Amino acid sequence: MSGDGYVVEAEGLEKRYGDKRALDGFDLAVREGTVHGLLGPNGAGKTTAVRILSTLVRLDGGRATVAGLDVARQPRQVRSRIGLTGQYAAIDEILTGRQNLEMFGRLFHLGRKRAKLRAAQLLRQFDLEAAADKGAGGYSGGMRRRLDLAASMILAPAVLFLDEPTTGLDPRSRGEVWEAVRQLVADGTTVLLTTQYLEEADRLASRITVIDQGRAIADDTLDGLKNRVGGDRVEVVVREPAHIPYALQAVARVAHGGQPEADMGELRVHAPVVDRVGSLSEVARYLQHYGIPVEDIGLRRPSLDDVFLRLTGRRTEEEPADQEPEFEAPAAEGAAA
Amino acid sequence: MSGGASTASEATGRTYRRRPQHGRLFWTVADCWNVVRRGLTHYRRQPVSILWQLGFPILSVLLYGYVFGKAMRVPGGGDYKAFLMPGMFVMTVAMGFVSTATIFVNDAKKGVIDRFRSMPMAPSAVVAGRGATDLIVACAELGIMMATAYGMGWRPEFGSGPDFGVGFVKAVALLLALRFALIWVGVWLGLLLPGPEQVGGLFAIVFPLTMISSIYVSPQQMPHWLGQAALWNPLSSTAGATRALFGAPTGQGTSWPEQHALLLAGAWPAALTLLFLPLAVRRFRRLSR
Repeated sequence: MSGDGYVVEAEGLEKRYGDKRALDGFDLAVREGTVHGLLGPNGAGKTTAVRILSTLVRLDGGRATVAGLDVARQPRQVRSRIGLTGQYAAIDEILTGRQNLEMFGRLFHLGRKRAKLRAAQLLRQFDLEAAADKGAGGYSGGMRRRLDLAASMILAPAVLFLDEPTTGLDPRSRGEVWEAVRQLVADGTTVLLTTQYLEEADRLASRITVIDQGRAIADDTLDGLKNRVGGDRVEVVVREPAHIPYALQAVARVAHGGQPEADMGELRVHAPVVDRVGSLSEVARYLQHYGIPVEDIGLRRPSLDDVFLRLTGRRTEEEPADQEPEFEAPAAEGAAA
Repeated sequence: MSGGASTASEATGRTYRRRPQHGRLFWTVADCWNVVRRGLTHYRRQPVSILWQLGFPILSVLLYGYVFGKAMRVPGGGDYKAFLMPGMFVMTVAMGFVSTATIFVNDAKKGVIDRFRSMPMAPSAVVAGRGATDLIVACAELGIMMATAYGMGWRPEFGSGPDFGVGFVKAVALLLALRFALIWVGVWLGLLLPGPEQVGGLFAIVFPLTMISSIYVSPQQMPHWLGQAALWNPLSSTAGATRALFGAPTGQGTSWPEQHALLLAGAWPAALTLLFLPLAVRRFRRLSR
């Protein structure tokens, strides 16, 4: 037991599947009462880490505690302190929402009466009362997820593991799930969230561990991670290759803390800036002055995708549909914004 | 939000903490019962699903009993329908393992098994509860099949005096023993198959298994090599033994497995259980690897 405010602690976790090292000395520390994001591409080891911490698989090396309990030596005790929401909504589709929660409540050893009470309470909390007595198979994706979350919350666990909770959901359902998660954290649950959606980590997590090839390669606050790739950038997209030199000149006038860069294929020019609005209008004025037609112009804040690219040299595999235009990682060391 | 929030969490945690005051055995049994309840609630919510499962045996009764019935001959004489009905009961229990496998495949795929395993319940209850559910459902299925058979003129012999009904009970016990053994085959397959799409393929195993047995015709009436396979089919032994116990014509010849049908009808399920119970448990344990 640490007593220093960390509710999940992992040191040098190792897990091998044949020759493959799913986890290779993975470290993690999650502070109580926060949403901690675990970010990485497919196959980086996110799910393996969650499965070890939630006692579903045995670890091959290292040490992990959840709520002060050793996951390898006290799995039963750990299980009564955690909730798990995996990649699929783990609910019984033939039973109704209420029957699901009552069944899980009884299997959490609440006893029949309290299982009933708790189910009713959770149905209200997760806004499922109207559909409570309908078969869960007919629920929308967002409702299933909420029911799934409710089932994870039956014991009001100290730690909730959310493994890609919104994968495959439409934007509206995703918003519903995010809202439910925020509510839980406001009530004091600590959440470990794995996700491939950078936007999701951006919206929910206050601290992020980036995992790649079974190791934690960064652990920082959101702002700290973003600062690593530098601050805002101004970006111009022109219509013809011949116009790129003009665009380079234009952004060079306002560049601060790094050289302008050009992407010839996409006719894109960009540079780090400090004065956001001033730089933008200066670039626009300059290009207008020389009569250069502009396809697009704007300010880009670094996204977590940029962070990931910077840390690993690779992009994450899936990106949200509304992803902002991307640019290459800056070659020069940008001044921290 | 550290101080106030964690207090709130502890407050709700106190309200909903599980009750540890009972021993482990109590909770294992309680967990089993709750898993059984879940399985039975499925049938309560979708009662028609039991008829779907019985559809094939019932259709077979109609097809063989009425369409082919007159053309069928039982070696050694006797009424074909009386011969056929116990076969149908065997088929009913034999096909049950597909539904065991189906629920395990679905639960594994959807993460329901992982949810169970992440909870403080007894892990063994996941498998044992399913097995108990399947036995209860098998009783209901046999009841429906026997009622159907009765409606079609099937009359089992109950005997008389102190032995009244003993044969009948023994026959039902043998049928359930076969179902019990096949539960483990179903659990094993359910945890082995990658997804629900493959479950349909199981019927490709079940179908020849029921055809190449004494369920429809006596192995004596098959080509020699096929008859040999049918003789040693576990389903043939249960069919032969239950026919004798129900007082139906057995159509049995002089071969060793036919002469020892009763012994084999007990030995086969025992052997299958000895083989597949550990395999199923090992599969279940491997989930933590």
